[in-house]
Amino acid sequence: MTTHHLDTPFSNKTIKQLQAGDIVFFSGTLFGLRDLTQIYMFDQNNKPPVSLEGMPCIHTAPSLRKVGDKWEKICIGTTTSTRMERFTPELIGEYGVKAIIGKGGLYEGSLEAMKKYGAVYLAIVGGSAALETDQIEEVEDVYWEHLHPEALYKFRVKDFGPLTVAMDSHGNNLYDDVKEETRKRLPKIYHQLGISE
Amino acid sequence: MVMFDYKIVEDVAKELYIRALCDLPPDVRDALNKAYLKESNSTAKEIFKTIFKTIEVADKHGTLICQDTGLPIYMLKIGSDFPWNGHKIKSSLYKGAERATKEFPFRGSSTHPLTRVNPQTSVGEGLPVIYFDFLGKTDHLEILMVPKGSGSENMSKMKMFYPAHGVSALKKFVIDTVFETGANPCPPGIIGVGIGGTADLVMKLAKEAIVRPVGQRNQDSVIAELEEELEDAINSMGRGPMGLGGDITTLAVHIETAFTHITQNPIAVNTQCWAARRARATIFPDGLIEYGY
Repeated sequence: MTTHHLDTPFSNKTIKQLQAGDIVFFSGTLFGLRDLTQIYMFDQNNKPPVSLEGMPCIHTAPSLRKVGDKWEKICIGTTTSTRMERFTPELIGEYGVKAIIGKGGLYEGSLEAMKKYGAVYLAIVGGSAALETDQIEEVEDVYWEHLHPEALYKFRVKDFGPLTVAMDSHGNNLYDDVKEETRKRLPKIYHQLGISE
Repeated sequence: MVMFDYKIVEDVAKELYIRALCDLPPDVRDALNKAYLKESNSTAKEIFKTIFKTIEVADKHGTLICQDTGLPIYMLKIGSDFPWNGHKIKSSLYKGAERATKEFPFRGSSTHPLTRVNPQTSVGEGLPVIYFDFLGKTDHLEILMVPKGSGSENMSKMKMFYPAHGVSALKKFVIDTVFETGANPCPPGIIGVGIGGTADLVMKLAKEAIVRPVGQRNQDSVIAELEEELEDAINSMGRGPMGLGGDITTLAVHIETAFTHITQNPIAVNTQCWAARRARATIFPDGLIEYGY
């Protein structure tokens, strides 16, 4: 288990170094998006007004406050990623996103795209919004404001983490590994509980 | 007759929503601390440390622990020795939840089920969820507030088994639900289980199970034994915190039961994330308020 301290944007070389199980902290730019943002992008064909090339994207619907024309953070946390599976291969393939940050993990299609284009899934600790908000220095921009709290957000972060590399660019998926390990234990658990399969 | 100002209930409803979101109950903190000491997996230990740091930051800044401010649930116990006005209580809870959302302010998550329009109030038709119960020989009003996040709520499951399936099917249902839902409900949290009743009651029982303080067992020793048995089984699965592997997959299994029909064998699982948020208040007829968890 290696701990990496990175800066955005991420190069292919950096991404290749990350192995499932490693810990990552990073500083720089972080984009926020989720369900509606991606429905707007991919189902309704709206191109993001900013380049996502080499950048990390977090699955979030933040609580923000607008003071004048400036957005202030109230609470920025992470939502379940599995709902975003349908959009992720394209987000990586078409827009060059290098890291997806979320909780719960993604599926086979995303893992394939991560392998093909060089990207990773970084698992955050779900529910730890207080800490994430503390590590976000500023809300630099909000694109597609009418979609708020599911708009496209640009945050500036410092030492954002710890994040666990749960899916790497070499085809490893920590969630699947853990699930398979658990599956092997199930017959014994059923037996101990007197469960007839 | 004593005149009671229902604005107090509204203020308490608001205050409870905010307290629940920012201040994790002591029993949950204790359970997380104990779980960390038992954990041997290094990734899992890192996750616990991040959880502790999050709680520390929320305490220090008085901020929300989790971004999901959930749907508001209020569970009430109304003392019968004072003429409480149920209708006024209900509308006060609605206003209180809306005020919490707008005045804190935090993200409202309530949405029309078809148009998906979000009024940013945390309330709307049918919300907040309110459960009324009644107590004899007391004059106070007890309100338990639970903001229920969707990460765990989306993992709820229920099934109407038949009597012939026996207790074995119920145990398997719980194990399989934890296996299938994996990382999504932000483990290690509370696995709430309802057994018996009707289709609607069984899920309400599961909900009551997740709000019981961690560490308290069901008073029926047979049920308490089943809780321990399932808890040990789930914590031998290796799923771990956030589903990334480890010894601790759940902080506790809580089971609540009700009598059911002779032809029925219903079960429901309602999971609660590690941030098992709740806040409680007792309001007395003279306006005195006592806050707790």
